[in-house]
Amino acid sequence: MALLDTITRIFMKDSGSKAVATERLRLVLVHDRSSISPGLINALKEDLIKVIKCYMEVDEDLLQVSLENEDDSVALVANIPIKGFNRVVNE
Amino acid sequence: MKSRVLVITSGKGGVGKTTTTANLGTALAMMNKRVVLLDTDIGLRNLDVVLGLENRIVFDIVDVVNGHCKLKQALIKDKRFEGLYLLPAAQTKDKTSITPHQMKNLVNELCKDFDYVLVDCPAGIEQGFKNAISGADCAIVVATPEVSSVRDADRIVGLLEASGLNNPQLIINRLRSKMVKRGDMMDIEDILDILSIDLLGVVPEDESIVVSTNRGEPAVMESSSRAGGAYRRVARRITGEDVPVLSFEERNNIVDKFKQMLKIAR
Repeated sequence: MALLDTITRIFMKDSGSKAVATERLRLVLVHDRSSISPGLINALKEDLIKVIKCYMEVDEDLLQVSLENEDDSVALVANIPIKGFNRVVNE
Repeated sequence: MKSRVLVITSGKGGVGKTTTTANLGTALAMMNKRVVLLDTDIGLRNLDVVLGLENRIVFDIVDVVNGHCKLKQALIKDKRFEGLYLLPAAQTKDKTSITPHQMKNLVNELCKDFDYVLVDCPAGIEQGFKNAISGADCAIVVATPEVSSVRDADRIVGLLEASGLNNPQLIINRLRSKMVKRGDMMDIEDILDILSIDLLGVVPEDESIVVSTNRGEPAVMESSSRAGGAYRRVARRITGEDVPVLSFEERNNIVDKFKQMLKIAR
């Protein structure tokens, strides 16, 4: 069977299971490494509110911040409903 | 010389932490260093049997920490090598019997008498792991070329760095060059690429490890053992010698041997 295996590999140009292993590892590590504690996300949320409040009025209860994993990337997604804008003061 | 405290860790169990600790410790002692091996796997001690010292245990690490005996009383001297000592783990207690603070004090005490303190860390990331790393100034991460082991190693590297143990060193254990060659096992480069940490050494898969563990004689004592040779090279690297990492090409046929001879001749 080993010989048959080798022959199939030569003709099918199969790269062996190593390629699968490295690819799966890369994906799983993107997820593993992106795990941030809920406390940190909360702190980020509060800071975001503080900054945005200087410019516009936001609905603090509906504000959502989360990390989203795509195939091979991680994105910070923030959903921030706006209630109104502060009057712009020109300097 | 300032003594060094190295913790040998991996996250995943069964990848060769204890074997690595025993072999590196023995190899360093063979280089005339004063070495103490610390088994912190409380409840599941094994470093004693790998070293062949299981019949000489009277006191253990928990006895020392709780003041039931003096540190010197609990240290087991290896009769084969001058300067090699073992502080065994307790077998009937659990990992909460020691605190990181107590461990730090113990390690500081050992530093007065030894050039190297090697700490054998238990598997996992809980209390035992936190104890083991608490006194260390450098970490050695052992991983085998498998998805599960490399994944756990990545997690461990993160936890080590979060605890201030930066620049952990990697030992890739049980590499099978035949499988690497046919593309069925991750190579050194693949693993380094993923983990992006420094490589300390590569140890090939070798049946002689089973034989030496059966006998309680670390493989570094056997001059013909390939894994033993690899561990001796790692030990030299730890002492600061510049030793290149071998790729462990297995040369089975005459053509390869001839090629190798030509290479040397040139």
